[in-house]
Amino acid sequence: MQKTRKRYIFEIIGILLALLWISPFYLMIVNAIKTKREIFTNTVKPPEEFTFENFIQAFEELSFVQTFFNSVLVTILSVAVILFLSALAAYALSRNGSKISGFIFFIFVAAMLIPFQSVMIPLVSLFGKADMLNFYGLIFMYLGFGCSLSIFLYHGALKGISKSLDEAATIDGCNKFQVFWYIIFPLLKPISVTVGILNVIWIWNDFLLPSLVIGGDGTETIPLKLFNFFGQYTKQWHLALAGLTISIIPVIIAYFVAQKHIIKGVSEGAVK
Amino acid sequence: MKSKDFSFWLFLSPAMIGLGLVVLIPLLYGFYYSFTDWDGVNQTEFIGMRNYINILSDQDFLYSLWFTFKFSIVSVIVINVMGLGLAMLVTSYIKSKNILRTIFFMPNLIGGLILGFIWQFVFTKVFDAVGRMTGIGWLQGWLSDTQTGFWGMVILMSWQMAGYIMIIYIAYLENVPKDLLEAAEIDGANAIQRFRNITFPLVAPAFTVSLFLTLSNAFKIYDQNLSLTNGGPFNSTTMVSMDIVDTAFKMNQMASAQAKAVIFFMIVAIISLTQVYINKKREVEM
Repeated sequence: MQKTRKRYIFEIIGILLALLWISPFYLMIVNAIKTKREIFTNTVKPPEEFTFENFIQAFEELSFVQTFFNSVLVTILSVAVILFLSALAAYALSRNGSKISGFIFFIFVAAMLIPFQSVMIPLVSLFGKADMLNFYGLIFMYLGFGCSLSIFLYHGALKGISKSLDEAATIDGCNKFQVFWYIIFPLLKPISVTVGILNVIWIWNDFLLPSLVIGGDGTETIPLKLFNFFGQYTKQWHLALAGLTISIIPVIIAYFVAQKHIIKGVSEGAVK
Repeated sequence: MKSKDFSFWLFLSPAMIGLGLVVLIPLLYGFYYSFTDWDGVNQTEFIGMRNYINILSDQDFLYSLWFTFKFSIVSVIVINVMGLGLAMLVTSYIKSKNILRTIFFMPNLIGGLILGFIWQFVFTKVFDAVGRMTGIGWLQGWLSDTQTGFWGMVILMSWQMAGYIMIIYIAYLENVPKDLLEAAEIDGANAIQRFRNITFPLVAPAFTVSLFLTLSNAFKIYDQNLSLTNGGPFNSTTMVSMDIVDTAFKMNQMASAQAKAVIFFMIVAIISLTQVYINKKREVEM
């Protein structure tokens, strides 16, 4: 009897907290469908008159189809490059017991301690001189920043894959790359999901690096475009909020589709 | 695969080149630039420790460092208390735990820039409107002074990160054996005793992970700072990252910004190495 009452109290606390938690999203959406004037007279309650004008204007000014496509392209290409090359490097490192292999692995792991801000100035300068402050330069930079954690996670998973598999495949006539591509990489699929999710969340939302590397030529990703859009409409909250809502929708959809994988991936990535 | 093998180096080289060109070489250049009068364009001259000496009298930088420390400490405490609380709530017997987990984690997936803009609206417009309706004074004028800017940042950061830390605590809490807790309950241990003597020791490693993760994340914060307060009013909420970015790319004082970046690197390295040290020590004890 006492136990059920306690459970109900926890249940109510949980629901109240959850409502508080999503209230900023609620406030964003209800105000995004109000007229500019109504935001000032009625900020908290749902609107008296709906308008979708804000969304249409924000959608156009963000060139959202193009911007969304840019974000998708940068994220997918970068993550594909990171996954493939990190798995390949981790495989080479894990199948070689020499001191030099251990040292290289140590360098990759130690590089995780280096914060972006401590290398960004020379990075921009060096890549600027090489004329690589563009879309391709950005993807290469994501490889450089992303490979450490990815190699670390792959390396851990590779310990659990027996070397006798490699040997059997070699006897059957596979060369080293074929062993990796046909035998090892498919077995790494669970950890690839984790590594992929962690990198997608990071790259999709990243702002500072792309703001220093690309822009001004129609290749802006969502955060960049949104930042410029927001700067233009600082005092026009009806448009700004509509723009924010549009930008968030793809993330929310992805979250509800792949929720289990995302939470599992994030938890594995953090605990290791 | 032998080190002499061509394929070993072939497999390894793309990632090594990536790390080298993007992280390691810029890091070394960065150390070098911090001892010169480099301005990003012209030839440079070696000026020894002068950039570092100038930083020691740079009030703005020292202030941002102090402000960032305060912000990090307060955030770490709030986030971890909230994260652990939420984790205990959603691992209890309640029915709605799955949907609650989903909701608490949601802000973590959205970029800090977007979240900061949303909260800018909540603090400046919604708080103000509610304050006017109810006549509560402290709800009005948020983000217009240093104090509300500070707490605004703490609220934003906690809202974003508590769900993430919750996930980490959940991973450890689910490892606490249920039968052990039940046995203790039958033996007459109350909830507090059970938490202190069973749950807490088993969850202790999660504290190290979470504390350091939040500490270094809070210390490195940039996007949220940019979108929520943009350092204002009068640069009084500018944190270290923003100070470095502004010095470099707004004022074009590259060498001086890089010296700040080296100091920043050392602080972050000390935080991370302390964590590595504590983890190693615990592994030995276990």
